[in-house]
Amino acid sequence: MSTSMTASRKWRKPPMIKNSLMRWVLIFGCLIYLALAFGSFDVKWARVYEGLDRGWQFILAFAKPDFLSRKSDIIDGMTESAIMTITSTACGILISIPIGLGAARNIAPLPVYLVCRGIIAISRALHEIIVAIILVAIFGFGPFAGFVTLSFATIGFLAKLLAEDIEDTDRSQAEAIKATGASWWQWVTYGIQPQVMPRLIGLSMYRLDINFRESAILGLVGAGGIGATLNTAFDRYEFDTASAIIIMIIVIVMLLEYLSGIIRARLQ
Amino acid sequence: MLHLNKLTKQYATGDMALKSVELEIPKGQVVALIGPSGAGKSTLIRCINRLVEPTSGSVTLNGKELTKLGSSALRQARRRMGMIFQEYALVERLTVMENVLSGRLGYVGFWRSFLRKYPQSDVDEAFRLLERVGLDHMADKRADELSGGQRQRVGIARALIQDPELLLVDEPTASLDPKTSRQIMRLICELCAERDLAAIINIHDVALAQMFVQRVIGLRFGEIVYDGPPDQLKPETLTEIYGEEDWEATIETINEDDEAEQGGVA
Repeated sequence: MSTSMTASRKWRKPPMIKNSLMRWVLIFGCLIYLALAFGSFDVKWARVYEGLDRGWQFILAFAKPDFLSRKSDIIDGMTESAIMTITSTACGILISIPIGLGAARNIAPLPVYLVCRGIIAISRALHEIIVAIILVAIFGFGPFAGFVTLSFATIGFLAKLLAEDIEDTDRSQAEAIKATGASWWQWVTYGIQPQVMPRLIGLSMYRLDINFRESAILGLVGAGGIGATLNTAFDRYEFDTASAIIIMIIVIVMLLEYLSGIIRARLQ
Repeated sequence: MLHLNKLTKQYATGDMALKSVELEIPKGQVVALIGPSGAGKSTLIRCINRLVEPTSGSVTLNGKELTKLGSSALRQARRRMGMIFQEYALVERLTVMENVLSGRLGYVGFWRSFLRKYPQSDVDEAFRLLERVGLDHMADKRADELSGGQRQRVGIARALIQDPELLLVDEPTASLDPKTSRQIMRLICELCAERDLAAIINIHDVALAQMFVQRVIGLRFGEIVYDGPPDQLKPETLTEIYGEEDWEATIETINEDDEAEQGGVA
């Protein structure tokens, strides 16, 4: 073979950072920073040792979930959470679709794009808890504040991902529809919608289970739902009831996850 | 019927895709547009239905100036220009029937199209066209289940249901095997003859173009460098269009073996 003719040439993958001094400075810089950062934690191991025992007691208290003694409170809380989850997801999806269309650079004019991206940015910048605290102050305690919070959060999530999916659509399919003389809405419903529909349904299902989980948290700040029941149980030191509630939340979230998996697989 | 007057397109990047192109195409004439990649072939046909906005010059279809139309008049004008694409550009998640009917979008209102309640005459015509291209049994299949040749047939039916006067055809055979390519070209040319349609066909395969069209236009760097009958294409002409290469084998006449399988639609 030709190896006897020419000297074999060495080959190595080119490094990501070309300048070798820069490369080593960055590597050592990161290592030193990490070491210092871990050092700053100031863990008192004696305190942790004591705490382990306390934590264990806590876990033991949870080992005997009590579904029955607060049964009606739990059912009320769950129903409230379910209503909150479903209404806020539906409402959020309905609002997200036009905003998502507006936030896709390939179909929206610049001013519309900027406004819609602005709405998404605001929705994403504020965490659900903060929004809920503000809305509880406005609407008072109860699930309505939770419903508005979750709808608002759904917009930031769904509109952003929908817009990105629209931006990733195949241009030629949309171009072909435009070439037939279709109007803008016909163009969207024929050239774009079929391409993004599976993802929109998948994301909506995903958001449904996020909203359910969030609804359990929002109760802690007074926005109703199962979280309120959970909070009450903690306040009363009824760890067995709290444990029952947490187990139910986990089971429901897993069921929703499983369901959305099935639906997404069917869509392909 | 179609007249391009000093049609010029300069992209935002500064590239001159078309340099003052003059072209007149009479009713019923099928024209092949050849030229190297980047010569401006796609830009030229997209400037006609304004999927790409021309920088200057004018496009006149049956006496109507297209370059000045507002958006709703433009949509009406687009209805009379059917377009066929290289990668078929079918909406993959819609059925064959929906894809064909989408050619009627310019004629029906939003809700009718959204609810798929097309007029019965459109549905009848769609079935007739699907039968004509040999796919009437595929109406409810999803477009992405079809083979390349079948997809392009759907693309052709979608263009024809628009009731066009002009077909704009962008590399119809570039993604197809040689046999299917011939069948598709033959189908397009037959349909143009049946309906007395003019067509501009962008095509890379010079021999294939020579087999089917009445007129060839060679485009290079956005300028027309050849305009004449297909049998007048000389090696020197191809050298002028594409650059130096041995062209003798490309422009041999190859028609004889093709006649035998005429009408063999797979």
